[in-house]
Amino acid sequence: MNQGIDVVGLYVRDQDEALDFYVEKLGFTVHTDVRNGDYRWLTVQHPEQPSFQLGLFVPGPPMHDAATAQTLRAMVAKGAMPPLVLVVADCRTAAERMRARGVEFTQEPVDRYGTVDAGFRDPAGNGWKMIQAKR
Amino acid sequence: MSEGPAEQDPELLRRLLRAKDRMDAASDEDWPVGRLASVSGVSEAHFARSFKQAFGLPPHRYLLTRRIERAVALLRDTDLAVTEIAFQTGWGSLGTFGRTFRDITGENPGALRARARATAQGLASVPACIVRAVQRPGLTIAVSEKRRQEAVGINRATDDNADKEIR
Repeated sequence: MNQGIDVVGLYVRDQDEALDFYVEKLGFTVHTDVRNGDYRWLTVQHPEQPSFQLGLFVPGPPMHDAATAQTLRAMVAKGAMPPLVLVVADCRTAAERMRARGVEFTQEPVDRYGTVDAGFRDPAGNGWKMIQAKR
Repeated sequence: MSEGPAEQDPELLRRLLRAKDRMDAASDEDWPVGRLASVSGVSEAHFARSFKQAFGLPPHRYLLTRRIERAVALLRDTDLAVTEIAFQTGWGSLGTFGRTFRDITGENPGALRARARATAQGLASVPACIVRAVQRPGLTIAVSEKRRQEAVGINRATDDNADKEIR
């Protein structure tokens, strides 16, 4: 792929915590983790999706003033950020594995519209929908 | 209380969100403030005030909107009887369900079912939770206040008839 979306970022409250969540609990891999002073550019990838990076960023300097950063942290913490959707081969198996690793589920897997879906959140409050791929 | 949402502690907000998530996951259950407060790890008084500040409406009213949203989905997507839907979505009596449903949505459950089925096409590629959330009723005032406002307005006779239909 030469053109397309390369990185989409999430705001998280703590990058170490997010790294642990997306890598250790969800099975993503680290793509880039570089620092420049206090700033840290951190992206992860789904192992089966090498052309797409999910950025894990914290609100704050140099991108945001203190009040803006506080607002963004509050928005993430109360689940007001946009929906995220993860597609998996087997929703129930994935949910079981993730729960065993301590993932906080907001909705147990349910059969709906010819597939299975569940809901979970990352530690910061970002909400994911996990949908089983239709065969 | 002029403190805006942005000034609430994100750690508190995250715990309030957890209580909101628990209501979302089991909106048919009873959620007294004490139960919600313990999910968030705060006192009852603190919880009620903080929740409203964070999410714009009191916790019990949020729960009502979720129950109605779910009832609407069941009316649209299943052939369950209205009575069954009332019990599945957490109401103890059909009368209370029908009255609250009409106060919030402006329609009887049966009428909404017929209309939703006639119009709900082409949403198959949108995740189900989003479709449902879009159809969540906005409840910016208390149900009792909505009733009071309608009582002084028009359609009183029509409302009474609609009430009887549900019962």
